[in-house]
Amino acid sequence: MARVTVETVEQVARLARLSLTEEERETFAKQLDQILAYAESIQTLDTAAVEPMSHAVTSEMVREDVPAPSLDRQRVLEAAPDAAENLFRVPRILGG
Amino acid sequence: MNLDGLTATEIARRVAAREVSAEEVTRSSLERVAERDAGLGAFLHVTADRALDAARRLDTALAAGQPAPPLAGVPLAVKDVLDIEGVPTTCASRILEGYRPPYTATAVDRLEKAGAVVIGKTNMDEFAMGSSTENSAYKPTRNPWDRDRVPGGSSGGSAAAVAAGMAPLALGSDTGGSIRQPAALCGVVGLKPTYGRVSRYGLVAFASSLDQVGPFTRTVEDAARVSSALFGWDPRDATSANRPVPDFAAALGGGVGGLRVGIPWSFLEKGVDAGIMARFREAVDALEASGAQVVEVALPHAHHAIATYYIVATAEASSNLARYDGVRYGLRAREAPDLGRMYGQTRDRGFGPEVKRRIILGTFVLSSGYYDAYYLRAQKVRTLVRRDFEQAFAACDVVATPTTPTPAFRLGEKTGDPLQMYLADIFTVPANLAGVPGLSLPCGMADGLPAGLQLVGRPFDEETLFRVGAAYQRATSHHQRTPPVGGP
Repeated sequence: MARVTVETVEQVARLARLSLTEEERETFAKQLDQILAYAESIQTLDTAAVEPMSHAVTSEMVREDVPAPSLDRQRVLEAAPDAAENLFRVPRILGG
Repeated sequence: MNLDGLTATEIARRVAAREVSAEEVTRSSLERVAERDAGLGAFLHVTADRALDAARRLDTALAAGQPAPPLAGVPLAVKDVLDIEGVPTTCASRILEGYRPPYTATAVDRLEKAGAVVIGKTNMDEFAMGSSTENSAYKPTRNPWDRDRVPGGSSGGSAAAVAAGMAPLALGSDTGGSIRQPAALCGVVGLKPTYGRVSRYGLVAFASSLDQVGPFTRTVEDAARVSSALFGWDPRDATSANRPVPDFAAALGGGVGGLRVGIPWSFLEKGVDAGIMARFREAVDALEASGAQVVEVALPHAHHAIATYYIVATAEASSNLARYDGVRYGLRAREAPDLGRMYGQTRDRGFGPEVKRRIILGTFVLSSGYYDAYYLRAQKVRTLVRRDFEQAFAACDVVATPTTPTPAFRLGEKTGDPLQMYLADIFTVPANLAGVPGLSLPCGMADGLPAGLQLVGRPFDEETLFRVGAAYQRATSHHQRTPPVGGP
């Protein structure tokens, strides 16, 4: 089974845009290792001929692509931490 | 008029008959929140002015001779995971601090249109991740039966609000048991509908293939009445089901004669508290005495459900929670010099430990090299769990188990051991994986604390759950017991 180390947590945290403190990384490594050890039980099942189930809804979930009014832009922007000129404003993206 | 302890059905009847005004009912409910909630912490936000405005509008309409809606004047507490236009939604997380959504969840909208009056938003585990409401970034909620104990979770605030008589009706969400488990631990009725029954529009997403909105009430009759208003197709949720919604209350008198109740005895062999098991056996006996036929069924993969759930649910959560990046709503780390660091610092500061743990686990099981062994395999085991139910329902009409393996645990008892906390949901998680409906109702006391009976039904057959539940509540009086402190 996969062993979760502090390095694994660090690497995964980077993917998830979390940096975590040293203490969090150590605690999570230990706890996730325990959780995955518990989850090991599913590895014993023969699932070769079983279809994966991604959703409880089996019917078609598509609809006609018809334009319709959506939320008012101004109201949506009002909920943002920073907005200007009908756009969300963010810190600089390049350099810095 | 003393309105304390009245059911939603009775309140709606009296408001419709104009024996009492919706405003009086609302004031009475708000007064009980003011008196009782300081010691419980069920509410994050009380919407007194908005509630009184809505109540007065309803009173004016009734005075003008308009027909009374089915839930006229019924006070409603809403888990803080459902959006209401202009009212803060926090999901009990720092990352949504200050957020006021520009729209209302369909579930709330439907109940408001049916005459219910929202009195406030209730506490929960952050982003609905937890089984005790201790993961709230704001405060814990206490169990009205014993304030040293948890109310369960993640919808602990909604369960406590109904148990303590602050509102006869609350909404919660259930991804792995988050309605049924707190309902059991607080001694009230809780329903997780079939996946697709209730629109998820305006429900903050945790695990989209599992999340479902449902009600807390004191009686099965109330749950049935509320469900007829709450259920229904919504074009704004692609997974909502376009199915007819019966008048559930009309079918409550049917009784259990001829119905088969299946018990998965081998799934219940290990780890169930003796008191809980004793109450469960008595409940099964009561159903049999009411005319049901009790049969044994097998759920051979149910003991893999927790493992499966914590892979599937965290994978979906890690994706859903990517949207909290400090750009569109809530918290932003304003001092960060560039976008990358702004994302990281916002998320580090905004999310609590359980949310971070689940994001890490979910990102891990989806990551290259582990996807097949964990996520894909868990999805296949999910199919096996669903097949278990399909086979069980060939032999029975409802499956009955205890809702939880133990009564309410102490605050702090499981916070250091996430896996032990997860196992509190062992009996509720299988229904979410399979997408089938589950109803929890009070079935007596174990060591002075409520025990819950869970009934699980075929997809879209809530009607049978209500019929069995109502027959059980006619034959017993467990649902009439109220907590000693702060209760009605």
